[in-house]
Amino acid sequence: MSTAFAGTGRLAVSMLRADRVRVPVWVLVMVAFVAYAAGGIPAVMGEEGLQARAEVMKEPAGAMMAGPGYGIEDYSIEILMANEMLGMFAVMVAIMSLLLVVRHTRAEEEAGRTELVRAAPVGRYAQLTAALIVLVAANAAVALGMGAALVGTGMEPVLDAWVFGAGLGAVGLVFGAAAALTVQLSSNARAASGMAGALVGAAYVLRAVGDAQAPGGSVLSWLSPIGWVQQMRIFAGLRLEPAWLAAGAVVVLVSAAYALAARRDVGAGLLPERRGRANATPAGRTLLGLTARLERPRLVWWAVGLFVFGALTGSLAGPMSEVMREQPQLLAVLGVDPGDDDAMANLVSEAMGMFLMFFAMAVAVYAAAAARGLLGDETACRSELALSAVMPRAWWLGAPLLVSLLGSTALLVVSGVGLGAGASAAIGPAAVGDFALAALAYAPLLACWAAAAMLLYGAGRGSAVLWVALIAAFVIGMYGRLLDVPQAVQDAEPFSMVDAMALVGGDGDWTPLWVAGIVAAVLSAAAMIAFRRRDLAA
Amino acid sequence: MEPVIEIEKLVKNFGRVRALDGLNLTVAPGEVHGFLGPNGAGKSTTIRVLLGLLRADAGTTRLFGGDPWKDAVDLHRRLAYVPGDVTLWPKLTGGEAIDLLGGLRGGLNATRRGELLERFDLDPTRKGRTYSKGNRQKVALVAALASDVDLLILDEPTSGLDPLMELVFQETVREAVARGATILLSSHILAEVEALCSRVTIIRDGADVQTGTLSELRRLTRSSVVLDADVAPDELSVLDAVHSLTADDSRLRFSVDDGGMGAVLSVLAGRTVRSLTATPPSLEELFVHHYGAAADRSGSDGAGRGAGAETTRKAAHRA
Ligand SMILES: Nc1ncnc2c1ncn2[C@@H]1O[C@H](COP(=O)(O)OP(=O)(O)OP(=O)(O)O)[C@@H](O)[C@H]1O
Ligand SMILES: [Mg+2]
Repeated sequence: MSTAFAGTGRLAVSMLRADRVRVPVWVLVMVAFVAYAAGGIPAVMGEEGLQARAEVMKEPAGAMMAGPGYGIEDYSIEILMANEMLGMFAVMVAIMSLLLVVRHTRAEEEAGRTELVRAAPVGRYAQLTAALIVLVAANAAVALGMGAALVGTGMEPVLDAWVFGAGLGAVGLVFGAAAALTVQLSSNARAASGMAGALVGAAYVLRAVGDAQAPGGSVLSWLSPIGWVQQMRIFAGLRLEPAWLAAGAVVVLVSAAYALAARRDVGAGLLPERRGRANATPAGRTLLGLTARLERPRLVWWAVGLFVFGALTGSLAGPMSEVMREQPQLLAVLGVDPGDDDAMANLVSEAMGMFLMFFAMAVAVYAAAAARGLLGDETACRSELALSAVMPRAWWLGAPLLVSLLGSTALLVVSGVGLGAGASAAIGPAAVGDFALAALAYAPLLACWAAAAMLLYGAGRGSAVLWVALIAAFVIGMYGRLLDVPQAVQDAEPFSMVDAMALVGGDGDWTPLWVAGIVAAVLSAAAMIAFRRRDLAA
Repeated sequence: MEPVIEIEKLVKNFGRVRALDGLNLTVAPGEVHGFLGPNGAGKSTTIRVLLGLLRADAGTTRLFGGDPWKDAVDLHRRLAYVPGDVTLWPKLTGGEAIDLLGGLRGGLNATRRGELLERFDLDPTRKGRTYSKGNRQKVALVAALASDVDLLILDEPTSGLDPLMELVFQETVREAVARGATILLSSHILAEVEALCSRVTIIRDGADVQTGTLSELRRLTRSSVVLDADVAPDELSVLDAVHSLTADDSRLRFSVDDGGMGAVLSVLAGRTVRSLTATPPSLEELFVHHYGAAADRSGSDGAGRGAGAETTRKAAHRA
């Protein structure tokens, strides 16, 4: 049996070597952010600011974005970190971990290198085990780095600070283990990371809804690995029991992965591959039709995910309006009479509209990946094949860009419909159409992301810049005020420029939409020009 | 002596596709065994089963007397493998890739590594992603040939090599054999097969159709004859051994079954024979003959395979 692990050490060393820059960058970015937030927030907000913030986080909508709200009665910077930041870091660590595992297992196998390696005296479990060793190492770095950052900024109790880091590492292990399982299922690395990524999304949605349902979370929060670390009540009466859930999940997932790895053929997945048709359908003979068809499964999964999350978010409209009714002073300030149902519905609908921005940001992730398929084609030399046939280079970018634009627009509508459907119980059936229309206001902006992705591809650059910009926009949109980001920067954040609900109400500013549309057109044209000028990679 | 490779009635299915359908293959120690067959015949699949990368569905497979799936790691210490399509680590240099593969095997013969790099004219300092197809192939070849192993499994190892490198490859294989290695060589390059292989096995549709030395295989195929003699075409075409006879001007062209030449000569006895040339089948003819039936069938790439294999095999012999 022990021969099944032969070669693990050497493989682990070469994987660590391959990751010697990537993983430290992930960890350092997170550590730097924690250090900045921990140092900056108290100085900016002061005691009263923190308490005001706590009021927001007590509401279901706040809980949904942040966490279960332990210790929220006496909001301090420590509790703010645990309540609001932990969930976001958990998602980052989860994504880092699942990508790491897929990169070292299925992606290698799909490329054909595993075959070469396994023809040497290398055991059946060696590659998986080596990847898990690297996973543990990376998450140990996360745990120590984050813990040290919190301790270093003077967070107390020190034990809780270290648990903060360790809890994040545990989340990473759980999702890394989940990826170890999904890579056994699909023979395709992208599908494997897609499945594991969907699990991260599901975990976030479960805890979001669970935390919104009741202070301290509901049973749904306990179904989510991200929920487990938030349930450890870090800085608010630490309890370690949820860690057992994570440990159990890791054991189960990893055992399942090993059991499947032992049985299967190299290169194969356990999900069957269907045979396709011998001839292309009429649509499959045009580039546009082909791109659309290849995009369809991804689009469908995104749509399902966004609709569910939208509907769940929308269903919070009910609790939200109740909370508002309980705050007569607030309503008085806003000039709304709690007895006036129409006015109340308007207020709630406006509050819900805020969520549209986050949905638009999620769809921007989809749009920014517009050129991903092209890049894969180019590395696999399919571009060479197609472009040597009669195919204008501009259209080679144009077709996927168009598909991506239509896809993002469809996803925006789906999010709006989901949000509206969820909220219609509280606001009335008109909400469905209103939110769908309002969501459309982000379409020009998303066109910019897609076109920017194309420009980077066309110029032969990596898309890292785009992801950094997207994360920055997200962080500024979500935490800008909290972190006291300069007002000019906050104003420059593109997503908050679009006042979607006001546009539907008929009194919004259309300028950002026009500008975004023009910018998108310019970027697209630049992308095509740049692509015409550069060499194709071999 | 115990065979190095011994495969009997091997069956491998990919879902509903039957890739191997009762394949037999025996490779004796010290032999260079050619493993031939049309595209999609199942050569790479057989090799992957031998390497323990795929799990057989039925049949027995023995490698050095062991089970390639269960004893994979121990068996792999004694063999090296070169696939027909090598993907390298994009960020490792060729030299690093060779050392990684060698290191996993417990070390390489450093002198031979340097020598091979020189002979294959390979620059080991370039990154994996910058190598051309042929140079990627060389990286895997150097890694395999620089290790001291008892068996080399080569699956179209020279696809993409230029003719000069092809010759270097042939030399290095002969040296490996001189060191006592056994070689299983799958190839579509007939000159290479002819130059290297002591025995060959031809497979089609997942089953072996012929195995033997090249001269044995030649004997199974007809020689072609060009004859200028005072003889009427009918006198020859009635013979069982004579096929596809055509006459032009004064010449007759026909093919003769192995062992049928005697009958032809007895007809010619006492006649005026101005010229007679009999050519044994060329390699191409040999393979066209054995591959042929598969190419005639549509969707030969594993489609609709099954009980038909046996009948097509016979049909091939009659053809
Ligand atoms: N992973 C797989 N899934 C499904 N079918 C497969 C798979 N691998 C091989 N096959 C099928 O098995 C059959 C044998 O393929 P194999 O690669 O062994 O052929 P080959 O003899 O090596 O051909 P070539 O000369 O083209 O390399 C083919 O019909 C092929 O389509
Ligand atoms: Mg092959």
